[in-house]
Amino acid sequence: MITVENLTKTYGQVRALDKVSFQVEEGEVLGFLGPNGAGKTTAMRIITGFMPPTKGRVTVGGLDVEKDNLAVRRLIGYLPENSPLYWDMDVQGYLHFVSEVKGVPRKDRARKVREVMEEVAVTDVRNRTVGKLSKGYKQRVGLAQALLNDPPVLILDEPTVGLDPKQIIEIRELIKSMAGKRTIILSTHILPEVSMVCQRVIIINKGQIAAVDTPGNLTERLQTSRQMEVIVRAPEKDLEQKLRALPGVKGIQISHHENGVLTVVVDSEKGKDLRPAVAQTLVGAGWELYGLRAIEMSLEEIFIQLVTEE
Amino acid sequence: MGNTWAIFKREMRAYFISPMAYALYVIFLLLSGYFFTVGISYYAHYSVMAMQAQQYGGLPPFTETVFRNLFGDVSIVLLLMVPLLTMRLFAEEKKMGTMELLLTYPIRDIEVVLGKFFAALAVIGLMLVLTFTYPLLAQYVAGDQMEYGVALSGYLGLFLEMAAFIAVGIFLSSTTENQIVAGVISFGALLLIWAVGWGEELVSGAIGKILAQLSLLNHFEDFSKGVIDTGHVAYYILFCVFFIFMTLRVLDSNKWRG
Ligand SMILES: Nc1ncnc2c1ncn2[C@@H]1O[C@H](COP(=O)(O)OP(=O)(O)OP(=O)(O)O)[C@@H](O)[C@H]1O
Ligand SMILES: [Mg+2]
Repeated sequence: MITVENLTKTYGQVRALDKVSFQVEEGEVLGFLGPNGAGKTTAMRIITGFMPPTKGRVTVGGLDVEKDNLAVRRLIGYLPENSPLYWDMDVQGYLHFVSEVKGVPRKDRARKVREVMEEVAVTDVRNRTVGKLSKGYKQRVGLAQALLNDPPVLILDEPTVGLDPKQIIEIRELIKSMAGKRTIILSTHILPEVSMVCQRVIIINKGQIAAVDTPGNLTERLQTSRQMEVIVRAPEKDLEQKLRALPGVKGIQISHHENGVLTVVVDSEKGKDLRPAVAQTLVGAGWELYGLRAIEMSLEEIFIQLVTEE
Repeated sequence: MGNTWAIFKREMRAYFISPMAYALYVIFLLLSGYFFTVGISYYAHYSVMAMQAQQYGGLPPFTETVFRNLFGDVSIVLLLMVPLLTMRLFAEEKKMGTMELLLTYPIRDIEVVLGKFFAALAVIGLMLVLTFTYPLLAQYVAGDQMEYGVALSGYLGLFLEMAAFIAVGIFLSSTTENQIVAGVISFGALLLIWAVGWGEELVSGAIGKILAQLSLLNHFEDFSKGVIDTGHVAYYILFCVFFIFMTLRVLDSNKWRG
Protein backbone atom coordinates (compact mmCIF):
# COMPACT_ATOMS: atom_id res chain seq x y z
CA MET A 1 0.00 0.00 0.00
CA ILE A 2 2.85 2.36 0.85
CA THR A 3 6.32 2.06 -0.60
CA VAL A 4 9.17 4.28 0.41
CA GLU A 5 12.32 4.09 -1.67
CA ASN A 6 15.62 5.65 -0.81
CA LEU A 7 14.09 8.57 0.95
CA THR A 8 16.57 11.32 1.76
CA LYS A 9 15.73 14.71 3.18
CA THR A 10 18.16 17.43 4.08
CA TYR A 11 17.35 20.73 5.74
CA GLY A 12 20.36 22.85 4.88
CA GLN A 13 23.16 21.03 6.68
CA VAL A 14 20.92 18.73 8.68
CA ARG A 15 20.29 15.33 7.17
CA ALA A 16 16.94 14.40 8.64
CA LEU A 17 16.46 11.23 6.58
CA ASP A 18 19.15 9.19 4.91
CA LYS A 19 18.22 6.61 2.26
CA VAL A 20 15.25 5.21 4.08
CA SER A 21 13.34 2.41 2.32
CA PHE A 22 10.44 0.31 3.55
CA GLN A 23 7.04 -0.96 2.56
CA VAL A 24 3.73 -1.18 4.32
CA GLU A 25 1.24 -3.82 3.28
CA GLU A 26 -2.45 -3.12 2.99
CA GLY A 27 -4.17 -3.37 6.35
CA GLU A 28 -0.93 -3.35 8.28
CA VAL A 29 -0.23 -1.24 11.35
CA LEU A 30 3.35 -0.04 11.33
CA GLY A 31 5.05 1.71 14.22
CA PHE A 32 7.76 4.34 13.89
CA LEU A 33 10.02 4.33 16.85
CA GLY A 34 12.96 6.60 17.43
CA PRO A 35 14.47 9.16 19.76
CA ASN A 36 13.75 12.88 19.39
CA GLY A 37 15.01 14.25 16.11
CA ALA A 38 15.27 10.81 14.52
CA GLY A 39 13.28 11.88 11.47
CA LYS A 40 9.87 10.35 12.16
CA THR A 41 7.89 13.51 11.58
CA THR A 42 9.94 14.30 8.50
CA ALA A 43 9.17 10.90 6.98
CA MET A 44 5.47 11.34 7.69
CA ARG A 45 5.38 14.81 6.17
CA ILE A 46 6.88 13.43 2.99
CA ILE A 47 4.50 10.48 2.82
CA THR A 48 1.49 12.78 3.24
CA GLY A 49 2.76 15.02 0.44
CA PHE A 50 3.17 18.04 2.69
CA MET A 51 6.73 18.38 1.49
CA PRO A 52 8.81 16.69 -1.16
CA PRO A 53 11.91 14.64 -0.36
CA THR A 54 15.37 15.77 -1.38
CA LYS A 55 15.80 12.40 -3.02
CA GLY A 56 13.78 9.24 -3.27
CA ARG A 57 10.23 8.24 -4.05
CA VAL A 58 7.06 7.47 -2.18
CA THR A 59 3.97 5.77 -3.54
CA VAL A 60 0.66 5.36 -1.77
CA GLY A 61 -1.87 2.94 -3.22
CA GLY A 62 0.28 2.74 -6.36
CA LEU A 63 0.19 6.52 -6.86
CA ASP A 64 3.32 8.64 -6.80
CA VAL A 65 3.07 11.18 -4.00
CA GLU A 66 4.79 13.93 -5.95
CA LYS A 67 3.09 13.40 -9.31
CA ASP A 68 -0.41 12.47 -8.16
CA ASN A 69 -0.31 14.61 -5.09
CA LEU A 70 -3.98 15.48 -5.00
CA ALA A 71 -5.12 11.89 -5.57
CA VAL A 72 -2.82 10.63 -2.82
CA ARG A 73 -4.14 13.22 -0.38
CA ARG A 74 -7.62 11.78 -0.90
CA LEU A 75 -6.37 8.42 0.39
CA ILE A 76 -4.73 9.73 3.53
CA GLY A 77 -5.97 10.82 6.91
CA TYR A 78 -3.21 12.70 8.70
CA LEU A 79 -2.75 13.69 12.30
CA PRO A 80 0.28 15.98 12.47
CA GLU A 81 2.45 16.34 15.56
CA ASN A 82 0.76 18.46 18.28
CA SER A 83 -2.55 18.28 16.35
CA PRO A 84 -2.74 21.79 14.93
CA LEU A 85 -6.37 22.91 14.70
CA TYR A 86 -8.34 26.11 14.14
CA TRP A 87 -8.59 27.33 17.68
CA ASP A 88 -11.29 29.87 16.98
CA MET A 89 -13.88 27.35 15.78
CA ASP A 90 -16.19 25.11 17.78
CA VAL A 91 -15.60 21.37 17.54
CA GLN A 92 -18.60 20.55 15.41
CA GLY A 93 -18.10 23.54 13.12
CA TYR A 94 -14.48 22.63 12.66
CA LEU A 95 -15.22 19.01 11.79
CA HIS A 96 -17.93 20.16 9.43
CA PHE A 97 -15.42 22.40 7.67
CA VAL A 98 -12.97 19.51 7.37
CA SER A 99 -15.67 17.26 5.96
CA GLU A 100 -16.29 19.89 3.29
CA VAL A 101 -12.67 20.26 2.19
CA LYS A 102 -12.21 16.51 2.34
CA GLY A 103 -15.01 16.17 -0.14
CA VAL A 104 -17.58 14.31 1.97
CA PRO A 105 -20.85 14.61 0.00
CA ARG A 106 -23.13 17.29 1.41
CA LYS A 107 -25.90 14.90 2.44
CA ASP A 108 -23.51 12.68 4.43
CA ARG A 109 -21.64 15.44 6.25
CA ALA A 110 -23.80 15.78 9.34
CA ARG A 111 -23.90 12.02 9.83
CA LYS A 112 -20.17 11.55 9.26
CA VAL A 113 -19.29 14.31 11.68
CA ARG A 114 -21.60 12.79 14.29
CA GLU A 115 -20.13 9.31 13.83
CA VAL A 116 -16.56 10.46 14.06
CA MET A 117 -17.31 12.53 17.17
CA GLU A 118 -18.76 9.42 18.79
CA GLU A 119 -15.75 7.40 17.76
CA VAL A 120 -13.24 9.61 19.57
CA ALA A 121 -15.64 10.63 22.34
CA VAL A 122 -15.91 14.37 21.79
CA THR A 123 -19.68 14.53 21.37
CA ASP A 124 -20.16 16.14 24.78
CA VAL A 125 -17.83 19.03 23.92
CA ARG A 126 -19.09 19.54 20.37
CA ASN A 127 -20.17 23.13 20.97
CA ARG A 128 -17.02 24.20 22.78
CA THR A 129 -14.31 26.30 21.17
CA VAL A 130 -11.42 24.11 20.07
CA GLY A 131 -8.76 26.43 21.51
CA LYS A 132 -10.32 26.19 24.97
CA LEU A 133 -10.33 22.39 25.11
CA SER A 134 -7.81 20.51 27.20
CA LYS A 135 -4.80 19.05 25.42
CA GLY A 136 -6.23 15.54 25.34
CA TYR A 137 -9.51 16.71 23.85
CA LYS A 138 -7.65 18.69 21.21
CA GLN A 139 -5.78 15.51 20.39
CA ARG A 140 -9.07 13.67 20.00
CA VAL A 141 -10.44 16.33 17.70
CA GLY A 142 -7.24 16.01 15.68
CA LEU A 143 -7.83 12.31 15.43
CA ALA A 144 -11.44 12.92 14.45
CA GLN A 145 -10.46 15.12 11.51
CA ALA A 146 -8.01 12.47 10.32
CA LEU A 147 -10.76 9.84 10.30
CA LEU A 148 -13.33 12.02 8.59
CA ASN A 149 -13.37 10.84 5.00
CA ASP A 150 -12.81 7.16 5.91
CA PRO A 151 -9.32 7.22 4.45
CA PRO A 152 -7.75 3.84 3.60
CA VAL A 153 -4.42 5.14 4.93
CA LEU A 154 -3.85 6.79 8.29
CA ILE A 155 -0.67 8.60 9.22
CA LEU A 156 -0.65 9.43 12.92
CA ASP A 157 2.21 11.38 14.45
CA GLU A 158 2.21 10.55 18.16
CA PRO A 159 -1.53 9.93 18.40
CA THR A 160 -1.71 9.20 22.12
CA VAL A 161 0.32 12.15 23.38
CA GLY A 162 -1.50 14.05 26.08
CA LEU A 163 -4.33 11.57 26.55
CA ASP A 164 -5.38 10.15 29.89
CA PRO A 165 -4.75 6.44 30.54
CA LYS A 166 -8.35 5.44 29.87
CA GLN A 167 -8.42 7.36 26.62
CA ILE A 168 -5.03 5.96 25.60
CA ILE A 169 -6.45 2.48 25.91
CA GLU A 170 -9.55 3.48 23.96
CA ILE A 171 -7.55 5.05 21.15
CA ARG A 172 -5.27 2.02 20.99
CA GLU A 173 -8.33 -0.21 20.78
CA LEU A 174 -9.69 2.03 18.06
CA ILE A 175 -6.45 1.76 16.08
CA LYS A 176 -6.32 -1.99 16.61
CA SER A 177 -9.91 -2.35 15.47
CA MET A 178 -9.00 -0.57 12.24
CA ALA A 179 -6.12 -2.94 11.53
CA GLY A 180 -6.88 -5.01 8.48
CA LYS A 181 -9.28 -2.40 7.14
CA ARG A 182 -6.86 0.48 7.06
CA THR A 183 -3.17 0.85 6.52
CA ILE A 184 -1.73 2.76 9.44
CA ILE A 185 1.62 4.30 10.23
CA LEU A 186 1.98 5.72 13.70
CA SER A 187 4.90 7.19 15.55
CA THR A 188 5.31 7.00 19.28
CA HIS A 189 7.74 7.24 22.14
CA ILE A 190 5.82 4.75 24.20
CA LEU A 191 7.35 1.36 23.57
CA PRO A 192 4.67 -0.91 25.04
CA GLU A 193 2.25 0.89 22.74
CA VAL A 194 4.14 -0.47 19.77
CA SER A 195 4.01 -4.06 20.94
CA MET A 196 0.32 -3.65 21.74
CA VAL A 197 -0.83 -2.00 18.55
CA CYS A 198 1.66 -2.56 15.75
CA GLN A 199 2.32 -5.62 13.66
CA ARG A 200 5.69 -4.29 12.63
CA VAL A 201 8.13 -1.76 14.02
CA ILE A 202 10.67 0.41 12.31
CA ILE A 203 13.28 1.80 14.62
CA ILE A 204 14.71 5.00 13.17
CA ASN A 205 17.81 6.64 14.52
CA LYS A 206 19.54 9.71 13.10
CA GLY A 207 17.62 9.45 9.87
CA GLN A 208 18.44 5.83 9.24
CA ILE A 209 16.56 2.61 9.81
CA ALA A 210 18.17 0.76 12.71
CA ALA A 211 15.84 -2.24 12.66
CA VAL A 212 12.60 -3.49 11.10
CA ASP A 213 10.65 -6.44 12.45
CA THR A 214 7.67 -7.56 14.47
CA PRO A 215 7.91 -6.44 18.09
CA GLY A 216 8.24 -10.11 19.17
CA ASN A 217 11.00 -10.93 16.72
CA LEU A 218 12.91 -7.81 17.62
CA THR A 219 12.94 -8.84 21.24
CA GLU A 220 13.97 -12.36 20.30
CA ARG A 221 16.59 -11.46 17.77
CA LEU A 222 18.38 -8.81 19.73
CA GLN A 223 18.55 -10.67 22.96
CA THR A 224 22.19 -11.60 23.36
CA SER A 225 21.74 -13.63 26.50
CA ARG A 226 19.08 -14.96 28.82
CA GLN A 227 18.79 -13.75 32.30
CA MET A 228 17.08 -15.03 35.41
CA GLU A 229 16.63 -13.67 38.86
CA VAL A 230 17.07 -15.91 41.87
CA ILE A 231 16.16 -15.06 45.44
CA VAL A 232 17.75 -17.43 47.92
CA ARG A 233 19.14 -17.61 51.48
CA ALA A 234 22.68 -18.85 51.13
CA PRO A 235 26.27 -18.01 51.96
CA GLU A 236 27.53 -15.70 49.26
CA LYS A 237 30.81 -17.45 48.43
CA ASP A 238 29.36 -20.96 48.23
CA LEU A 239 26.46 -19.81 46.13
CA GLU A 240 28.68 -18.15 43.57
CA GLN A 241 30.92 -21.17 43.35
CA LYS A 242 28.07 -23.61 42.88
CA LEU A 243 26.29 -21.56 40.23
CA ARG A 244 29.41 -20.85 38.21
CA ALA A 245 30.09 -24.57 38.12
CA LEU A 246 26.84 -25.14 36.20
CA PRO A 247 27.33 -25.63 32.45
CA GLY A 248 25.90 -22.73 30.40
CA VAL A 249 26.20 -20.04 33.08
CA LYS A 250 28.01 -16.99 31.75
CA GLY A 251 27.97 -14.70 34.69
CA ILE A 252 26.57 -13.99 38.12
CA GLN A 253 25.72 -10.73 39.80
CA ILE A 254 24.56 -10.33 43.32
CA SER A 255 22.27 -7.36 43.17
CA HIS A 256 20.70 -7.26 46.61
CA HIS A 257 21.52 -8.41 50.07
CA GLU A 258 19.10 -8.38 53.00
CA ASN A 259 19.27 -10.41 56.23
CA GLY A 260 21.19 -13.13 54.49
CA VAL A 261 18.70 -13.35 51.60
CA LEU A 262 20.43 -12.72 48.29
CA THR A 263 18.98 -11.57 45.02
CA VAL A 264 21.14 -12.88 42.22
CA VAL A 265 20.99 -12.25 38.46
CA VAL A 266 22.28 -15.21 36.46
CA ASP A 267 23.33 -14.73 32.83
CA SER A 268 23.17 -17.79 30.64
CA GLU A 269 23.70 -18.60 27.01
CA LYS A 270 21.03 -17.70 24.51
CA GLY A 271 18.51 -20.43 23.84
CA LYS A 272 19.19 -22.37 27.02
CA ASP A 273 16.77 -22.35 29.91
CA LEU A 274 18.77 -23.09 33.04
CA ARG A 275 15.94 -22.60 35.49
CA PRO A 276 15.42 -26.30 36.38
CA ALA A 277 19.16 -26.90 36.81
CA VAL A 278 19.59 -23.84 39.00
CA ALA A 279 16.61 -24.77 41.16
CA GLN A 280 17.89 -28.29 41.63
CA THR A 281 21.34 -27.08 42.60
CA LEU A 282 20.06 -24.63 45.18
CA VAL A 283 17.54 -26.94 46.76
CA GLY A 284 20.06 -29.79 46.66
CA ALA A 285 22.47 -27.68 48.70
CA GLY A 286 19.75 -27.24 51.31
CA TRP A 287 19.28 -23.47 50.81
CA GLU A 288 15.94 -21.74 51.12
CA LEU A 289 14.72 -20.77 47.67
CA TYR A 290 12.28 -17.83 47.68
CA GLY A 291 11.99 -17.00 44.02
CA LEU A 292 13.17 -17.84 40.55
CA ARG A 293 12.07 -16.09 37.38
CA ALA A 294 13.26 -15.40 33.85
CA ILE A 295 13.96 -11.74 33.01
CA GLU A 296 12.60 -10.78 29.61
CA MET A 297 14.55 -8.12 27.80
CA SER A 298 12.03 -5.36 27.22
CA LEU A 299 11.55 -3.38 24.05
CA GLU A 300 12.86 -0.41 25.99
CA GLU A 301 16.19 -2.08 26.53
CA ILE A 302 16.42 -3.15 22.94
CA PHE A 303 15.58 0.32 21.85
CA ILE A 304 18.22 1.84 24.07
CA GLN A 305 20.70 -0.74 22.88
CA LEU A 306 19.98 0.05 19.24
CA VAL A 307 20.06 3.79 19.46
CA THR A 308 23.06 4.06 21.73
CA GLU A 309 25.31 1.79 19.74
CA GLU A 310 28.50 3.32 18.31
CA MET B 1 -15.14 25.65 -6.44
CA GLY B 2 -16.83 23.97 -3.48
CA ASN B 3 -13.52 24.02 -1.68
CA THR B 4 -13.05 27.74 -2.28
CA TRP B 5 -16.49 28.25 -0.80
CA ALA B 6 -15.59 26.15 2.25
CA ILE B 7 -12.43 28.18 2.85
CA PHE B 8 -14.35 31.39 2.24
CA LYS B 9 -16.96 30.48 4.86
CA ARG B 10 -14.31 29.52 7.40
CA GLU B 11 -12.44 32.79 6.96
CA MET B 12 -15.63 34.82 7.18
CA ARG B 13 -16.51 33.06 10.41
CA ALA B 14 -13.01 33.73 11.73
CA TYR B 15 -13.35 37.44 10.91
CA PHE B 16 -16.67 37.79 12.64
CA ILE B 17 -15.87 35.61 15.65
CA SER B 18 -13.14 38.02 16.65
CA PRO B 19 -13.90 41.63 17.56
CA MET B 20 -11.55 42.75 14.78
CA ALA B 21 -14.10 43.01 11.99
CA TYR B 22 -16.59 44.86 14.17
CA ALA B 23 -13.96 47.32 15.38
CA LEU B 24 -12.94 48.04 11.80
CA TYR B 25 -16.57 48.55 10.73
CA VAL B 26 -17.24 51.02 13.50
CA ILE B 27 -14.09 53.02 12.90
CA PHE B 28 -14.59 52.95 9.16
CA LEU B 29 -18.17 54.19 9.36
CA LEU B 30 -17.25 56.95 11.80
CA LEU B 31 -14.40 58.19 9.63
CA SER B 32 -16.17 57.93 6.30
CA GLY B 33 -19.29 59.52 7.76
CA TYR B 34 -17.18 62.38 9.02
CA PHE B 35 -15.46 62.84 5.64
CA PHE B 36 -18.82 62.79 3.88
CA THR B 37 -20.30 65.41 6.20
CA VAL B 38 -17.27 67.65 5.81
CA GLY B 39 -17.38 67.22 2.02
CA ILE B 40 -21.03 68.20 1.80
CA SER B 41 -20.60 71.21 4.09
CA TYR B 42 -17.59 72.33 2.16
CA TYR B 43 -19.48 72.12 -1.13
CA ALA B 44 -22.39 74.08 0.33
CA HIS B 45 -20.07 76.76 1.58
CA TYR B 46 -18.30 76.89 -1.77
CA SER B 47 -21.53 77.18 -3.74
CA VAL B 48 -22.68 80.17 -1.69
CA MET B 49 -19.38 81.89 -2.42
CA ALA B 50 -19.62 81.01 -6.08
CA MET B 51 -23.06 82.51 -6.33
CA GLN B 52 -21.91 85.76 -4.76
CA ALA B 53 -18.93 86.16 -7.01
CA GLN B 54 -19.73 85.16 -10.58
CA GLN B 55 -16.08 85.29 -11.63
CA TYR B 56 -15.57 81.77 -10.26
CA GLY B 57 -17.12 80.60 -13.49
CA GLY B 58 -19.98 78.58 -12.09
CA LEU B 59 -20.11 75.58 -9.84
CA PRO B 60 -18.08 72.42 -10.27
CA PRO B 61 -20.29 69.30 -10.63
CA PHE B 62 -21.65 68.22 -7.25
CA THR B 63 -21.22 64.44 -7.41
CA GLU B 64 -17.76 64.52 -8.85
CA THR B 65 -16.53 67.02 -6.29
CA VAL B 66 -18.06 65.52 -3.19
CA PHE B 67 -17.60 61.84 -3.99
CA ARG B 68 -14.19 62.13 -5.56
CA ASN B 69 -12.88 63.58 -2.34
CA LEU B 70 -14.79 61.05 -0.30
CA PHE B 71 -13.46 58.11 -2.28
CA GLY B 72 -9.95 59.49 -2.02
CA ASP B 73 -10.22 59.74 1.76
CA VAL B 74 -11.88 56.36 2.05
CA SER B 75 -9.11 54.67 0.06
CA ILE B 76 -6.57 56.00 2.51
CA VAL B 77 -8.57 54.70 5.46
CA LEU B 78 -8.89 51.32 3.77
CA LEU B 79 -5.22 51.29 2.87
CA LEU B 80 -4.62 51.31 6.60
CA MET B 81 -7.27 48.68 7.28
CA VAL B 82 -6.60 46.10 4.59
CA PRO B 83 -3.28 44.97 6.12
CA LEU B 84 -5.10 44.38 9.40
CA LEU B 85 -7.48 42.05 7.61
CA THR B 86 -4.98 40.24 5.42
CA MET B 87 -2.01 39.87 7.77
CA ARG B 88 -3.38 36.81 9.54
CA LEU B 89 -4.58 34.94 6.46
CA PHE B 90 -1.47 32.80 5.95
CA ALA B 91 0.89 33.95 8.73
CA GLU B 92 -1.46 32.63 11.40
CA GLU B 93 -1.89 29.26 9.72
CA LYS B 94 1.85 28.88 9.44
CA LYS B 95 2.43 29.78 13.05
CA MET B 96 -0.32 27.51 14.36
CA GLY B 97 0.73 24.66 12.10
CA THR B 98 -2.76 24.39 10.60
CA MET B 99 -1.14 24.97 7.24
CA GLU B 100 0.21 21.43 7.45
CA LEU B 101 -3.30 20.04 7.60
CA LEU B 102 -4.74 22.44 5.08
CA LEU B 103 -2.10 21.57 2.52
CA THR B 104 -2.55 17.82 3.01
CA TYR B 105 -6.30 17.93 2.47
CA PRO B 106 -7.43 17.07 -1.05
CA ILE B 107 -7.72 20.70 -2.02
CA ARG B 108 -5.73 22.84 -4.43
CA ASP B 109 -3.55 25.71 -3.26
CA ILE B 110 -5.39 28.06 -5.61
CA GLU B 111 -8.67 27.18 -3.92
CA VAL B 112 -7.17 28.06 -0.55
CA VAL B 113 -5.79 31.37 -1.79
CA LEU B 114 -9.00 32.36 -3.57
CA GLY B 115 -11.16 31.44 -0.58
CA LYS B 116 -9.09 33.72 1.61
CA PHE B 117 -8.92 36.46 -1.01
CA PHE B 118 -12.67 36.58 -1.48
CA ALA B 119 -13.30 36.49 2.26
CA ALA B 120 -11.18 39.61 2.82
CA LEU B 121 -12.80 41.19 -0.22
CA ALA B 122 -16.26 40.43 1.14
CA VAL B 123 -15.45 42.09 4.46
CA ILE B 124 -14.31 45.24 2.66
CA GLY B 125 -17.13 45.00 0.12
CA LEU B 126 -19.66 45.00 2.93
CA MET B 127 -18.04 48.14 4.32
CA LEU B 128 -18.53 49.83 0.97
CA VAL B 129 -22.12 48.65 0.75
CA LEU B 130 -22.79 50.26 4.12
CA THR B 131 -21.64 53.60 2.69
CA PHE B 132 -24.34 53.45 -0.01
CA THR B 133 -26.30 55.49 2.49
CA TYR B 134 -24.15 58.49 1.58
CA PRO B 135 -25.39 58.90 -2.01
CA LEU B 136 -28.94 58.56 -0.69
CA LEU B 137 -28.30 61.25 1.89
CA ALA B 138 -26.61 63.39 -0.75
CA GLN B 139 -29.68 63.20 -2.91
CA TYR B 140 -31.75 64.39 0.00
CA VAL B 141 -29.47 67.42 0.27
CA ALA B 142 -28.60 68.11 -3.35
CA GLY B 143 -31.59 66.71 -5.23
CA ASP B 144 -31.01 66.25 -8.96
CA GLN B 145 -27.38 67.22 -8.70
CA MET B 146 -26.70 63.76 -7.29
CA GLU B 147 -25.62 61.62 -10.24
CA TYR B 148 -25.78 57.95 -9.33
CA GLY B 149 -23.81 56.88 -12.36
CA VAL B 150 -20.74 58.80 -11.24
CA ALA B 151 -21.02 57.46 -7.69
CA LEU B 152 -21.42 53.88 -8.86
CA SER B 153 -18.45 54.12 -11.17
CA GLY B 154 -16.47 55.46 -8.22
CA TYR B 155 -17.59 52.53 -6.11
CA LEU B 156 -16.51 50.09 -8.78
CA GLY B 157 -13.09 51.72 -8.91
CA LEU B 158 -12.82 51.63 -5.13
CA PHE B 159 -13.79 47.98 -5.03
CA LEU B 160 -11.19 47.05 -7.64
CA GLU B 161 -8.57 49.06 -5.82
CA MET B 162 -9.37 47.20 -2.60
CA ALA B 163 -9.08 43.87 -4.43
CA ALA B 164 -5.60 44.94 -5.48
CA PHE B 165 -4.70 45.96 -1.91
CA ILE B 166 -5.92 42.61 -0.61
CA ALA B 167 -3.94 40.66 -3.20
CA VAL B 168 -0.76 42.40 -2.03
CA GLY B 169 -1.66 41.78 1.61
CA ILE B 170 -2.30 38.07 1.08
CA PHE B 171 0.92 37.67 -0.82
CA LEU B 172 2.94 39.26 1.96
CA SER B 173 1.10 37.26 4.61
CA SER B 174 2.25 34.08 2.88
CA THR B 175 5.89 35.10 3.18
CA THR B 176 6.13 35.06 6.97
CA GLU B 177 4.70 33.33 10.00
CA ASN B 178 4.67 36.54 11.98
CA GLN B 179 1.35 38.38 11.64
CA ILE B 180 2.73 41.70 12.79
CA VAL B 181 5.54 41.56 10.28
CA ALA B 182 3.04 40.65 7.56
CA GLY B 183 0.89 43.62 8.54
CA VAL B 184 3.74 46.11 8.67
CA ILE B 185 5.31 45.13 5.36
CA SER B 186 1.88 45.08 3.68
CA PHE B 187 1.23 48.55 4.91
CA GLY B 188 4.60 49.77 3.65
CA ALA B 189 4.19 48.08 0.29
CA LEU B 190 0.69 49.48 -0.24
CA LEU B 191 1.80 52.99 0.56
CA LEU B 192 4.66 52.63 -1.87
CA ILE B 193 2.54 51.23 -4.70
CA TRP B 194 -0.04 53.86 -4.04
CA ALA B 195 2.35 56.78 -3.99
CA VAL B 196 4.67 55.66 -6.74
CA GLY B 197 2.80 57.86 -9.23
CA TRP B 198 3.96 60.99 -7.44
CA GLY B 199 7.33 60.49 -9.06
CA GLU B 200 5.71 61.11 -12.43
CA GLU B 201 6.49 64.82 -12.42
CA LEU B 202 9.94 64.43 -10.98
CA VAL B 203 11.18 61.60 -13.15
CA SER B 204 11.05 62.54 -16.80
CA GLY B 205 10.60 60.31 -19.81
CA ALA B 206 9.76 56.63 -19.95
CA ILE B 207 10.46 55.83 -16.31
CA GLY B 208 8.08 58.52 -15.17
CA LYS B 209 5.41 57.07 -17.46
CA ILE B 210 5.98 53.57 -16.11
CA LEU B 211 5.79 54.81 -12.55
CA ALA B 212 2.53 56.56 -13.36
CA GLN B 213 1.17 53.37 -14.88
CA LEU B 214 2.11 51.31 -11.85
CA SER B 215 0.41 53.62 -9.41
CA LEU B 216 -2.89 52.30 -8.12
CA LEU B 217 -3.96 55.87 -7.50
CA ASN B 218 -3.68 57.01 -11.10
CA HIS B 219 -5.88 54.20 -12.35
CA PHE B 220 -8.48 55.16 -9.83
CA GLU B 221 -8.85 58.76 -11.09
CA ASP B 222 -11.09 58.07 -14.07
CA PHE B 223 -13.52 55.94 -12.07
CA SER B 224 -14.23 58.80 -9.69
CA LYS B 225 -15.00 61.04 -12.67
CA GLY B 226 -17.64 58.56 -13.79
CA VAL B 227 -15.58 57.03 -16.57
CA ILE B 228 -15.26 53.24 -16.65
CA ASP B 229 -12.29 52.43 -18.84
CA THR B 230 -11.76 48.73 -19.58
CA GLY B 231 -8.04 49.39 -19.54
CA HIS B 232 -8.18 50.43 -15.92
CA VAL B 233 -10.43 47.51 -15.02
CA ALA B 234 -7.96 45.15 -16.70
CA TYR B 235 -5.09 46.78 -14.83
CA TYR B 236 -6.62 46.00 -11.45
CA ILE B 237 -7.58 42.48 -12.42
CA LEU B 238 -4.09 41.74 -13.75
CA PHE B 239 -2.63 43.24 -10.62
CA CYS B 240 -4.67 40.81 -8.48
CA VAL B 241 -3.85 37.85 -10.70
CA PHE B 242 -0.17 38.64 -10.47
CA PHE B 243 -0.11 38.73 -6.68
CA ILE B 244 -2.28 35.65 -6.34
CA PHE B 245 0.12 33.88 -8.63
CA MET B 246 3.04 35.07 -6.50
CA THR B 247 1.28 33.75 -3.39
CA LEU B 248 0.97 30.34 -5.02
CA ARG B 249 4.67 30.41 -5.80
CA VAL B 250 5.48 31.14 -2.18
CA LEU B 251 3.27 28.31 -0.94
CA ASP B 252 4.99 25.98 -3.35
CA SER B 253 8.49 27.01 -2.36
CA ASN B 254 7.59 26.68 1.33
CA LYS B 255 6.78 23.07 0.69
CA TRP B 256 10.19 22.60 -0.84
CA ARG B 257 11.98 24.14 2.06
CA GLY B 258 9.82 22.35 4.61
N1 LIG C 1 11.70 22.67 9.17
C1 LIG C 1 12.90 22.22 9.57
N2 LIG C 1 14.00 22.94 9.31
C2 LIG C 1 15.21 22.51 9.69
N3 LIG C 1 15.45 21.35 10.31
C3 LIG C 1 14.40 20.57 10.61
C4 LIG C 1 13.07 20.95 10.24
N4 LIG C 1 12.22 19.99 10.66
C5 LIG C 1 12.98 19.04 11.23
N5 LIG C 1 14.29 19.38 11.21
C6 LIG C 1 15.41 18.56 11.73
O1 LIG C 1 15.32 17.27 11.16
C7 LIG C 1 15.63 16.29 12.13
C8 LIG C 1 14.48 15.30 12.24
O2 LIG C 1 13.37 15.93 12.79
P1 LIG C 1 11.95 15.25 12.98
O3 LIG C 1 11.00 16.32 13.40
O4 LIG C 1 11.61 14.48 11.76
O5 LIG C 1 12.24 14.27 14.19
P2 LIG C 1 11.22 13.32 15.00
O6 LIG C 1 11.72 11.96 14.85
O7 LIG C 1 9.83 13.58 14.59
O8 LIG C 1 11.47 13.83 16.48
P3 LIG C 1 10.43 13.93 17.72
O9 LIG C 1 10.40 12.59 18.36
O10 LIG C 1 11.09 14.93 18.62
O11 LIG C 1 9.12 14.39 17.19
C9 LIG C 1 15.92 17.03 13.41
O12 LIG C 1 17.32 17.12 13.54
C10 LIG C 1 15.31 18.38 13.21
O13 LIG C 1 16.04 19.36 13.90
MG1 LIG D 1 8.19 14.24 15.53
